[in-house]
Amino acid sequence: MSSTPEAKVAVATPAAAAGRPPLPWRPALEGVVIPVGAVLVALALFGLFCFVQGRNAFAVFAAINKAAFGSWYAFQNTLVRAAPLMLTALATALPARLGLVVIGNEGALVMGGLAATVAGLAVQTAPLLVVLGVMLAAGMIGGGLWLAIVGALYYQRGVNETIASLLLNYIAIALLNHLVNGPLRDPSSLNKPSSFPIPDEKMLPVIGSSNVHYGLFFGIAACLLAWVLMEHTTFGFKVRMIGGNIRAARLAGLPVALLGIITCFLAGAAAGAAGMVEVAAVHGRANESLAAGYGYAGILVAFVARHRGLPIILVATLLGGILASGGILQREFKLPDATILVFQGLVFLVILFSDSLYGKFGFFKEERR
Amino acid sequence: MGGWGVVVGVLSGAVRGGTPFLLVSLGECLTEKSGKINLGLEGVLLMGAMSAYACAYKTGSPWVGVVAAALAGAILGAIHALLISRPRVNDIAAGIAMLIFGSGCAFYFGKPFIQPSAPQLPGIPLGGWSDVPQIQAALKISPLFIFGVAMAFVLQWFFRGTRWGMQVRAVGDSPAAARALGISVPRTRFFAIVLGSALGGIGGAHLSLFYPGAWTEAISSGQGLMAVALVIFARWNPVHCLWASLLFGGAQAVGPSLQAVGISTGYYLWNASPYVLTLLVMLFTCSTKRTLAGAPGALGASS
Amino acid sequence: MKKHFSSLLGAVLATGLLTSAPVASAADKVTMGFIYVGPKDDYGYNQAHAEGCAGVQKLPWVKGVEEASVPETTAVQETMRNMIVQDGATVVFPTSFGYFDPHILKLAKQNPKIQFLHCGGMYTEGKHPKNVGSYFGYIDEAVYVAGIVAGHETKSGKLGFIAAKPIPQVLRNINAFTLGARSVNPKATVQVIFTGDWSVPVKEAEAASSLINQGVDVLTCHVDSPKVILETAERRGIFVCGYHANGSKLAPKGYLTGAEWNWSKVYTDYAEMVKAGKTLAAGTIPHLVRGGLKEGFVKCSDYGPAVGEAAKKDAEAAKAKFMDGSMVIFKGPLKNNTGGDILPAGQEYKQQDIELEKMGWLVEGVLGSTKS
Repeated sequence: MSSTPEAKVAVATPAAAAGRPPLPWRPALEGVVIPVGAVLVALALFGLFCFVQGRNAFAVFAAINKAAFGSWYAFQNTLVRAAPLMLTALATALPARLGLVVIGNEGALVMGGLAATVAGLAVQTAPLLVVLGVMLAAGMIGGGLWLAIVGALYYQRGVNETIASLLLNYIAIALLNHLVNGPLRDPSSLNKPSSFPIPDEKMLPVIGSSNVHYGLFFGIAACLLAWVLMEHTTFGFKVRMIGGNIRAARLAGLPVALLGIITCFLAGAAAGAAGMVEVAAVHGRANESLAAGYGYAGILVAFVARHRGLPIILVATLLGGILASGGILQREFKLPDATILVFQGLVFLVILFSDSLYGKFGFFKEERR
Repeated sequence: MGGWGVVVGVLSGAVRGGTPFLLVSLGECLTEKSGKINLGLEGVLLMGAMSAYACAYKTGSPWVGVVAAALAGAILGAIHALLISRPRVNDIAAGIAMLIFGSGCAFYFGKPFIQPSAPQLPGIPLGGWSDVPQIQAALKISPLFIFGVAMAFVLQWFFRGTRWGMQVRAVGDSPAAARALGISVPRTRFFAIVLGSALGGIGGAHLSLFYPGAWTEAISSGQGLMAVALVIFARWNPVHCLWASLLFGGAQAVGPSLQAVGISTGYYLWNASPYVLTLLVMLFTCSTKRTLAGAPGALGASS
Repeated sequence: MKKHFSSLLGAVLATGLLTSAPVASAADKVTMGFIYVGPKDDYGYNQAHAEGCAGVQKLPWVKGVEEASVPETTAVQETMRNMIVQDGATVVFPTSFGYFDPHILKLAKQNPKIQFLHCGGMYTEGKHPKNVGSYFGYIDEAVYVAGIVAGHETKSGKLGFIAAKPIPQVLRNINAFTLGARSVNPKATVQVIFTGDWSVPVKEAEAASSLINQGVDVLTCHVDSPKVILETAERRGIFVCGYHANGSKLAPKGYLTGAEWNWSKVYTDYAEMVKAGKTLAAGTIPHLVRGGLKEGFVKCSDYGPAVGEAAKKDAEAAKAKFMDGSMVIFKGPLKNNTGGDILPAGQEYKQQDIELEKMGWLVEGVLGSTKS
């Protein structure tokens, strides 16, 4: 597959027409108005849905806001949910710059979590920072190698990367289940088969007195690093060149396969780090809860953020907020658990649609018509 | 029955469990032949299963349920098709959004239908010649399987022998060339995706109205997503989709059948066998030198 | 609706948020939070708990708040916290086993005044926070009775058990079913199939079909939602015993009996204790609450039309012994299914024995293995 979204995304900025003062803020405004407008439209549609179901739409909005962004207490829930999404989104976003559509986020997360657990158990008596460092490295290598397989299959054998990465998700989850129910199982994990636990005092702590763990820093740091790497280094330039035109990149003498496999490795490493965070900050062991769907949500985050590091932070926070508000819809409005899926689906459909509106409104042009 | 029981179990499991794979992969095949991927078929499958069950329960006729499933699939397909016909909208991303939206709608509107029992589709008893009850049960074939087999051959003929089929293939292989021939790319894709999703919806009807024959939120276990892999496995050939679906359906039955005769280790790994197999087949048959025979040229391109 | 809106407005306006309306109105009420891992209406495990929640809410002074489909991740920590902070819950019931460690343990340490009551977990004195308790029902008693009926009604002597995972709660039911069947039909065997997951309808149907093909003529199960298995058995014309809830409507001809939960009894007991000001930390609410047929925590479904008089007589006799406390399911001599000894003659595990909650073996007569 050779989809090159970024090549089309760049909105033409024609020179100001002679004699008219240029309005450079207008194209920038477009980048704000369209996504914000999309969210508002999605809210309106969801409000209509709630109204049809006999609920007061404005009360529902107020509750969503209260549960997701309304206070520091609520915002912490949003951030906890956003942290793994930032990392898993990168697993799709980085290869997208090569022109590859990789959806192996869930599998890389699981493999990262497994590797981090095994490594962490091996060094559990070492000091805290050593344990965490080893776990992070193992998680990133585990996830990285898993998606490097996808890159290698694509560049060496021409195997479709979307399908290969989808299959690897299922295989990773089967491996996880096999290992925690069999060879890795702690016999005292009675009714929920799990690996042996990482000692409590060796876990990734929360930030200060909040409920948010340091995984959030990993997520933000990874997105910033990805942004610098892709937009401001020669490596990123080469990757984008491959994504723009793979034949031209080959003609220019770029080691296409090597760069591609490295990028896939980095993508997997990000999702693997998410797996490590789940183990080190939340579960303390490997078990089936590692495959909780952060990977699939990450794919959407990446596409909505158009595979750029900085917007991923924002979009992941938005989705984190939506997910965090699911509970209040059930508890206060007696809406079924599936309501939040409908809402989430609507938001993403409208945002994806809004992507096609760039350049359609004359108002946002730099010059007047 | 012993060892023969395993064989009968796997074979009949292949037909029963393979039917949703068959219908949904034929739908995906039609979609991909037009040059687009629809990952949202998982949502279509769930929506189809729910609507089929709900309508069969409300009207008392499972056949009304099948029609409702096709309609529900077509509606979701139309949303997907309209969305990805817009510039810059990626089909994979839209597919995942549709997956979330479709399953959300199916779960939301399906709540009142988990408890009641809906009338089931009648099985076609092809095992009347045998007096072994296992054989009779195994050969009680879903009418939707027969429909699926017929559709596989119809689609094969459609792609090879009809003008419309040629149009779909032309759009999938080279949209630019198709445009030059005066074929409307968006319209062709719209019809391919809507019809493909309708087939996927009927696959859902098989799940809720024949086998396993109930509406629950866990009714689909990824068949919609796997269909995408299955189509590649089958090289975009509808008749090969039939064989591949039987293989995938049979693989689902291998684990339980082996345990029924006492071979019980490694069932998680057994359950992953179809995925490993697909990956291996892709590994050994793909090449960077040439594209796969039958692969639509525009698949994955952003045009 | 208006009430919701005004209380919400209040909540949004009050910057404190934590002091929103629910807490104030809950002063005279006991607010109980219920958390389910799957949808509330799954015809199985979660529905049994949701019905328990509905049952306890019949008390006018109880307010129940519920959240369904909460995964065993940080999501459940968030839900418990929200129920405590936003809804004013003073007691929470996270009903899935996987919620216990680390999620409940973590929240319990942060909220020492809240009662955390976990279904099926094992509270260990000194190891776990004092405000954590665990409750569970000896549903194996009802499963044992079902085994007796199955042992009577089978013609082939082959029974089938479709189970999710080889974990203690499940193994205990498989063993009780087998012992019940073999108490009246010593030649009966129980073939087990593990599907590997709690809710995989296609695999469950496939497992049911392959068992029936092997000549099994009575099926039972321990999965989250037995609906598909009951219906498959009915369609293939064999007998079936239900689990979690009464499934006789799904298999009107072949339903023999079944093991059902009665959580509203348990939740009502807890509500009374909380209202009386009792707490886990003070030791006035027991940390381990267990009960079977006698305590009314579990019950047997009414017999189906196919159950004969002999089966009813033996089943009723066993029930009577459970009711007067003289019945012991796991007593020596007891062998496992690989020929080893579990209990020598004269020894026994009483129902309350915590060893039974760590079960890792299958008794003689079970065809299957606990290895995955």
